[in-house]
Amino acid sequence: MESLGVLLTLPMNPYLEAELHRRCHLFRLWESPPARRKDFLRANAPSIRAVVGNAAVGADPETIDALPRLEIVASYSVGLDKVDLARCRERGIRVTYTPDVLTDDAADLAIGLSIATLRRLCEADRYVRAGSWKAKGDYKLTSRFSGKTVGILGLGRIGLSVAKRAEAFGCPICYHSRTKKPNVNYKYFPSVLELAGNCDVLIVACSLTEETRHIINHEVIKTLGPKGVLVNIGRGPHVDEPELISALVEGRLGAAALDVYEHEPDIPEELFRLENVVLTPHVGSATWETRKAMADLVLGNLEAHVLNKPLLTPFL
Amino acid sequence: MESLGVLLTYPMDSYLEEELGKRCELFRLWENPPEKRGEFLRANAASIRAVVGNTAVGADAETIDALPALEIVASFSVGLDKVDLAKCRERGIRVTNTPDVLTDDVADLAIGLAIATMRLIRAADRYVRSGAWKAKGDYKLSSKFSGKAVGIIGLGRIGLAIAKRAEAFGCPISYFSRSEKPQTSYRYYSSVVDLAANCHVLIVACALTEETHHIVDREVIDALGPNGVLVNIGRGPHVDEPELVSALLEGRLGGAGLDVFELEPHVPEQLFGLENVVLVPHVGSSTWETCKAMADLVLGNLEAHVTNKPLLTPVL
Repeated sequence: MESLGVLLTLPMNPYLEAELHRRCHLFRLWESPPARRKDFLRANAPSIRAVVGNAAVGADPETIDALPRLEIVASYSVGLDKVDLARCRERGIRVTYTPDVLTDDAADLAIGLSIATLRRLCEADRYVRAGSWKAKGDYKLTSRFSGKTVGILGLGRIGLSVAKRAEAFGCPICYHSRTKKPNVNYKYFPSVLELAGNCDVLIVACSLTEETRHIINHEVIKTLGPKGVLVNIGRGPHVDEPELISALVEGRLGAAALDVYEHEPDIPEELFRLENVVLTPHVGSATWETRKAMADLVLGNLEAHVLNKPLLTPFL
Repeated sequence: MESLGVLLTYPMDSYLEEELGKRCELFRLWENPPEKRGEFLRANAASIRAVVGNTAVGADAETIDALPALEIVASFSVGLDKVDLAKCRERGIRVTNTPDVLTDDVADLAIGLAIATMRLIRAADRYVRSGAWKAKGDYKLSSKFSGKAVGIIGLGRIGLAIAKRAEAFGCPISYFSRSEKPQTSYRYYSSVVDLAANCHVLIVACALTEETHHIVDREVIDALGPNGVLVNIGRGPHVDEPELVSALLEGRLGGAGLDVFELEPHVPEQLFGLENVVLVPHVGSSTWETCKAMADLVLGNLEAHVTNKPLLTPVL
């Protein structure tokens, strides 16, 4: 696909970048300073037929409008909140993403974060490394994970994988989704508020859309309560972040584990001082194995596109 | 049971201590400086009919010998490596422990440590809190947990609970045990070295006995290898600690999640600079829920003993 001009929005993966450079005509968006990006796009618009973006920088309206020859957006992510899907639909631009290959990693992280939070693993590790076990004695008691009710927001691929894992810990599972899922044994709640009122650990695993922005708001957080735990492996904007922080600081919410934030990588520093949170830097799919599989999926989709074959993982 | 003299070896649980103080005649061993302990025991020997110990301080040979009126050792633990069972057998002293109630917590910790180690959750949390995500960019890639071969040393209650959880992550399970367990479909290895060579994550979940001392030695660590991960939720002496430390420092072992150490609360400080280890201070059963259940089991066993009823969880 040497004639395919590809705009890569960020240095998201060295292998992906090297392959794109080798096999296509690669344009690196981040190499032009933000002030000169419009010029850069205009200058190269005749050549650019594909955009490869990720969860940080996707294909927004300005970018799409600046590229009249754009045929395909191949996202290096499963979430498409950073791709203007309406515009792509209008223009007949194909959109692919990376479902399935990252499902396990995201689900593993959700469970890992749940246990790490309830059992205070990071704090306990800090306690050891600070020499406090010797100086101050045993670490305090924490909360059990097994048997706690797990509420899942969004029962898609990732939500179902989280449920399957949590079941092995004897956790009763309940969920909220846009629609009730017919072949599923888990208890359905028709609102996120009812879900929060009936679970101990609430895990956000739905996609980010206009409807789900700030779906975890003051009411939901209050309902989850002083013993409740929120785990966000979805998108930062799913949660009203200032509300979350004040609830954690004031003890209105028991604990939280966050892999995503409203303005990554800017994280409110009040979170850094809390012992009842675990904070990871958007690593939901950040394993060697999965990122290679995601890269191969992006390359495979682009290859299929230029050869006029069926796309591997089309969304549009 | 107000006439029951109980020697509590350690301030292991405040609820337990309170109840013993209320219901029995309580002697607190740790209130005496070590050099005055022999005297203390001698002075109160006539009254002491029960010892409640834990994994830190149990009922060793000298203690048992100093207490001629001793009838029962009710351990606040499932592991009995700190109780001189041979002496108890000789003297007809009953011994109880706390099986089952802590199985889930320990299994949860084993899985939590495995995921936290492989996905670098602790190190990533530290990365975020230090402001590095903003300053230096995305955190590095880690290793996928799902689907990795899990090897378990000891397939008792805890080992089986670990296997059940790991299966939900698509992990093939294999094990080493004194004898093969025909009622499971997991793959059996008759040597720990073979088990280590054939798994990615090796979890120690057996009892500590003379035979299992240093069961994870240099040979086993080498077989596990530079991509392998060791999780120890058994006892510190299961592992040759100096060998483990040098293997981790030299990169001959991929990572380790450790809840126990040879000389608790001493943890080898050379490990403190490593990102691929998670170190927690013997918190395997340290949740509110489980400690209350363990305490109730200890109290229940003592109650059954004084009322001549069958002990709840006798080992001897």
